[in-house]
Amino acid sequence: MNRLRAALTPYALIFPGGLWLAIFFVVPTIVMLSLSLQSGDVVNGFAFTFNWHSYVDGIANFHDQIIRSVLYGLAATVIQIIVGFPVAYWIAFRGGSRKSVYLFLLLLPFLVSFVLRTISWQFFLSDNGLLLGPLKSAGLVPQDFHILATSVAVIGGLAYNFLPFMVLPIYVALERIDPRVLEAAQDLYAGRTQTFLRVVLPLSMPGVFAGVLMTFVPATSDYVNASVLGGTGNTMIGNVIQNQFLVNQDYPTASALSFTLMALLLVGIFVYARALGTDDVLEVAAR
Amino acid sequence: MNDFRRDPAFLRGSTQRRLGRRDAFRLAGMSAAGLALAACGVQGKGVAKPTSSAQAQSEVEKYWAGKAKTGHVDFANWPLYMDPKHPELQQFTKQTGITVTYKEVIQDNASWFAKIQPQLAAGQSIGYDLMVVTNGIQFTQLVQLGYLVPLDHSKLPNYTANAGERYKNEAYDPGNVYSVPWASGMTGIAYNPKYVDTPPTSMADLWNPKYKGKVGMMSDSQEIANFGLFALGIDPDKSGPADWEKAAAKLKEQRDSGIVRKYYDQSYVDPLSKGDIWLTMAWSGDIFQKNVSDGTDLKFVIPQEGATIWTDNMMIPKTASSPVDAITLIDFFYDVNVAARLAEYINYVTPVPGAKDVIAADAGKASGDDKKLLEDVAASPLVFPSDADLSKLRSYKVFKDSAEQKQFESTFQAITTS
Repeated sequence: MNRLRAALTPYALIFPGGLWLAIFFVVPTIVMLSLSLQSGDVVNGFAFTFNWHSYVDGIANFHDQIIRSVLYGLAATVIQIIVGFPVAYWIAFRGGSRKSVYLFLLLLPFLVSFVLRTISWQFFLSDNGLLLGPLKSAGLVPQDFHILATSVAVIGGLAYNFLPFMVLPIYVALERIDPRVLEAAQDLYAGRTQTFLRVVLPLSMPGVFAGVLMTFVPATSDYVNASVLGGTGNTMIGNVIQNQFLVNQDYPTASALSFTLMALLLVGIFVYARALGTDDVLEVAAR
Repeated sequence: MNDFRRDPAFLRGSTQRRLGRRDAFRLAGMSAAGLALAACGVQGKGVAKPTSSAQAQSEVEKYWAGKAKTGHVDFANWPLYMDPKHPELQQFTKQTGITVTYKEVIQDNASWFAKIQPQLAAGQSIGYDLMVVTNGIQFTQLVQLGYLVPLDHSKLPNYTANAGERYKNEAYDPGNVYSVPWASGMTGIAYNPKYVDTPPTSMADLWNPKYKGKVGMMSDSQEIANFGLFALGIDPDKSGPADWEKAAAKLKEQRDSGIVRKYYDQSYVDPLSKGDIWLTMAWSGDIFQKNVSDGTDLKFVIPQEGATIWTDNMMIPKTASSPVDAITLIDFFYDVNVAARLAEYINYVTPVPGAKDVIAADAGKASGDDKKLLEDVAASPLVFPSDADLSKLRSYKVFKDSAEQKQFESTFQAITTS
C-alpha cells in the first residue's frame, strides 16, 4: 500500500498543474493552430481548409510591426539590464540588514495595475505635463517638442513596466554567491575590477538569462504601452493581433500572427541559450 | 556473380525507411490531430432576410407569441448617454413597475460585438435585454446573423406617433424591423481654442502642416474613410474602391508628413483638453458634456465639406429573457417629455422632433444659467439639425457584400495600424 502511494505521489503532485496547463494552454493552442489554418468570415462561419495563406499574408502585411516589436523588446531588455543590474548588485552586496525593505520598495509601484501605471506615465509625459510643462516654460526645450507618441516613450514604458522581472532574478543570483568565493579571489590578488569581471559577473549570468527571458518575451508581445504611449508608426505586433481578433474578427490572420510571433520568440530564445553556451534553457531559467 | 549487395531493390530496402509499428502509430496520431484541428471550425449562421412584409410580419408574430412581462430589464448602453442619476429610469419604474438595471458597458461597437458574439452564436443569454449599437458594420452583422428580435411595432405607439420621419425608415434598417434610434450624433472637428487661433472651417485644417504632431484622427476605418473622402470632395455615399484608394493615399500623406499625432478611439477627449492634441476628429455630444462636466472650453465645428452622421440604435438580442419589458422601455424613451429631458442632458440629436418645444418651454420656466443652457440646447444644430445641416451630413459607407467590406477595411486599417 505504502509503495503504491509512493509510486502515485509524483503524479498526484503534478496533476493540478498538468490539468491547468492542459485546459488553459494545450487546448487553446490547438484551437488557435486550427483557426490559423481556417478560412471564412464571422457571418458565414470559418471552416478548416489548410489555408496557410493566412501566414503568408499576415507576414507580408505586418512584417514591419513584427520587426519593430522585436527591436523594441530588445531595446527595452538592454535598458533593463543597464538599469537593473546595478540595482540588484547594490541590494545584494550593500543592502545589509535592510535588503527586504529595499526589495519591497522596488516592488511597491508594481502593486498598482499595469494599465494604470502606464496611464500615469501618459500624464507625466504629456506635452504640457509635469515633466515637459516646466521645461517648456523655462525655454529649455522647443514648444513643439514631445515625448509621447514616439518610440522613446514606448520603449521607456516597456523597460519600466517589466523592470522587477529583471532585477529580481539577478538579485537572487548575486545573493547566492558565497562570500568565501569573493574572499578567495582577493586572496589570489584579484583587484575589485578583476573580482567583478571574473567571479561575480559569470556567477550572475543565470540570473541575467532568466531576467532576459522574463522581460524580453512579454515586452515583445505587449500592446498596452504602444497603445497608451505610442502614436502613428509605433504600432507593435500585439496591437495588430488584438485588432485582428476584436475589431476585424479575422480570426485566421490573428491566430497565424500569434503563432508566427510564438515561433519567432522560441527560436530567438534557443539561439540565445546556445550563444550563452547553456544546453538546457529551462534548467538555467529555473535555477 | 550475383552480389545481392548490388541489387537495387536490396539497397532501396536498407536505405529507405520502412513503415514500422511506431510509424503506424505516429501516422494515426497525426491524422487524429488533423481531425481535431478540423473539428475546431467556428460556426457562422448567416440567415436570409425576410423578403416580403408578410413574411416579416409572421416572423414578428412567431417571436412575440406567448412572451410575457417579467418586471425587470437589463439595459446595456454607452458611457455619457444618460444623466448619472437616471431620472428617466426612475420615472419608468414608477409608471410601469418594471425595474431597470442600467450598465454602461459598451465602449465601442467592434469589441462589444466580439464580446457578445460567442454567446449569441451558442443561443445563450448575454445578460442584457436591451442594447445600443451604432449603424455600421457590426449592426449589419448582428442582423445578418439573425441575432436580433424583429420588433413588434404594435407595442411601440409612442415611436409611431413621435419619431421624426427621418428615423422611421433608415437605410441600414428599412422599416425599422430590428431597431429604433436612441440618438444620433455627428463626427466633426473639435479644437482647443487655447492653442488654435483661427477656428478650423474645413477638412484642410486637419492637413495643415502648422499643426504638425498636434492633430488627432480616429482609428475606426468607417470614420476615417469618410474624412479622407470629404477632404477630396468625394461623396462617401457614391464612393467606390477607386475612391477609397485615393482617400487612403490622402490620409497616408497626412500621416507620413507627421501631422497626425495618433489614431484614437473615444480617448481623444483628454489629450484635447490637456493640449497634447490641438484639433481632432470628434463626436459632437462628447465635447458638450466634457465642457459641462469639467468646465473646459472646447469647440466643435462641422467642416464646410460635410461630416459624418451616425445613429445609435436600441435593439433586443434574440436571447433576451425579458423582451416585453425591453420593448416597453424602448417606447418609453419616445415619450416627448422623456426625450426632451434626455436631450437636455446628453446634447445628442434626438429622434423626437417634438422635444424641441418641450425644451423651449423648460427654458421659459428656468432662470439664470439653466435658462441659457436650455435655450442653447433648443437652438443647437447639434441636437436639432436643420434640413440644410443634414444635407451636408453623410452616413457610414454601406457595403454590397463582405468582400467589399473586407477590401474597405484593409485599405483603411493599413493607415491606422502603422
